[in-house]
Amino acid sequence: MQIAIASGKGGTGKTTIATSLAKSLVGSHKVHYLDCDVEAPNGHLFLHPDIQTQKDAIIRIPQIDTNLCTLCGRCVEVCQFHALAQTADEIVLFPELCHGCGSCTWNCPEDAITEIANPIGIIESGITPDGINFCHGVLKISEPMPTPIIRQMRKYKSLSRDSVVILDAPPGASCSVVETLRAVDYAILVTEPSPFGKHDLLQIFGILKDLKIPAGVIINRTDGHESDIEQLILEKQIPILMQIPFDKSIAAGIASGRTLVELQPEYRERFIAMFDFIESFLAVEQVC
Amino acid sequence: MLITRAQTPQLVILSGKGGTGKTSISAAFIHLSESLNQEKRLTVVDADVDAANLNLILQTDSLATYEFWGSSTAEISSEKCEGCGDCVRVCRYDAIFRDPQNNTVYWVDPVACDGCAACVYTCPQNAIAMIQQLEGNWLQSKGKFGMIFHAELFPGRENSGKLVSLIKQKAQEWAQHVESPLMIIDGPPGIGCPVIAACVGADMALIVAEPGMAGLHDLKRIFATLKHFKIPTVLCINKADLYPQGSLEIQQFARQENIKLIGEIPFDPHIQSAIRLGTQVTREFPQAPASQALCKIWQATLDHMLNLGLTGLKING
Repeated sequence: MQIAIASGKGGTGKTTIATSLAKSLVGSHKVHYLDCDVEAPNGHLFLHPDIQTQKDAIIRIPQIDTNLCTLCGRCVEVCQFHALAQTADEIVLFPELCHGCGSCTWNCPEDAITEIANPIGIIESGITPDGINFCHGVLKISEPMPTPIIRQMRKYKSLSRDSVVILDAPPGASCSVVETLRAVDYAILVTEPSPFGKHDLLQIFGILKDLKIPAGVIINRTDGHESDIEQLILEKQIPILMQIPFDKSIAAGIASGRTLVELQPEYRERFIAMFDFIESFLAVEQVC
Repeated sequence: MLITRAQTPQLVILSGKGGTGKTSISAAFIHLSESLNQEKRLTVVDADVDAANLNLILQTDSLATYEFWGSSTAEISSEKCEGCGDCVRVCRYDAIFRDPQNNTVYWVDPVACDGCAACVYTCPQNAIAMIQQLEGNWLQSKGKFGMIFHAELFPGRENSGKLVSLIKQKAQEWAQHVESPLMIIDGPPGIGCPVIAACVGADMALIVAEPGMAGLHDLKRIFATLKHFKIPTVLCINKADLYPQGSLEIQQFARQENIKLIGEIPFDPHIQSAIRLGTQVTREFPQAPASQALCKIWQATLDHMLNLGLTGLKING
């Protein structure tokens, strides 16, 4: 089963939920934790994995053989991303604009293009001391595109059907979030009771509707001002899975690198109960 | 004295990690600029186009909404498709499937399509066309401070970087037209394409860091990004007293990297209260600890920009 943790707004507690859920389930399930926030990955700071494998996340960029190139300009014409430009005596590549789609390579009439690997980040995986299978991607500084790394991470391991895969999504509601949410079974949305949390939650609801993914919401840092956001969630007929009150000692504990279930062990039961709810919800849905 | 420059100086506010307080700090700066900015010609850009919140806490009137037409997506004509599957073989985005309604032809999942058009050039039947997509709206709104350019990317769309570049360009044109003394850009989280789009052309960056392991980790990544693009950078710490050890670590990092730390904002529930009231903390609660700290940070930011020869705002009114 694949469960993504998403939020829209940044800093609402996605990683807090994802790491604590992983730690709560590892006693009873085979658990994979995938940190898909490749621009700002933080899961490793809480789970302390022993990294066993490391490989480059790449996109394939064109290399033009100048002996074969006749400067016909076909590659420039087919490139939708303006990554190739033609000057008087050569074709110039802007690698940071290249999506690695391969279109120029296939369309070159002289077969003058080969593809070389352009590393845009790394994918590391290993195991945590409590037995969680850990994997994260790290986007290289100044590289613009997180999405290919997320795509490669999701293909990286053949994930067995009986394992629970927890995907920690990036903030926002654009392409990298969609790449994380694609084909997951369920999404847990983490929000906070404020107009910002509410606005950005609506953005994520839009994505989930398009992708037809069922979801539930966790309201984090409640402080007695939840009625607004509760009403919105109710109107959308989405279950509220959990509410976590604001607590300065939790905030400080998480800042120091500890997970919620380590700080307040009673949450472990609540995460297990939440997972059971999701599991039975999905079982019913499959039957219907 | 107003410094005349070809282009309005740009201050970009970034963080790496999400939720550190970029938008609240941007809003406070916008409010605090009102007293120095008699002609009300501040230019503001909300560059977090897929979670655009700044305008929710500024009192503005919307002047105009424009459509944002982004990239194109492939569409297969079910009449022309003969089901050869060449398109599937060239697609690197796993976006092409058998049509669920008609198993003999293919169908493009618009959510997965990257818009590369490789399939279009491969199809022997010329059955595939690229259809440009309406991917969001961008807006121009007017407030007491001046003008804000903001946008709403439709959920799940690509090209957030392209939309950021577009609204920054529109903002720059307006800024030049009215000789705006300063442009404030509220940036997105992360370090990827919309962040790069928000940074390009910026004259100075303010990083809003949050104490803690995650905050420090992401601070290092956004700082490395700004260094790569050679943008002068200053730093402030938000929620500094929530985890004092983390603030010490940030101070240490700032010393190591020679980044000027221009102030610390204590954890203050007035910031949340101001957001709920749809306003700026410095306007609603001027005596609150966060507001007092923000006044100092705003002054220090202006001082720093002035030292770089940047802003036309007069520091002392």
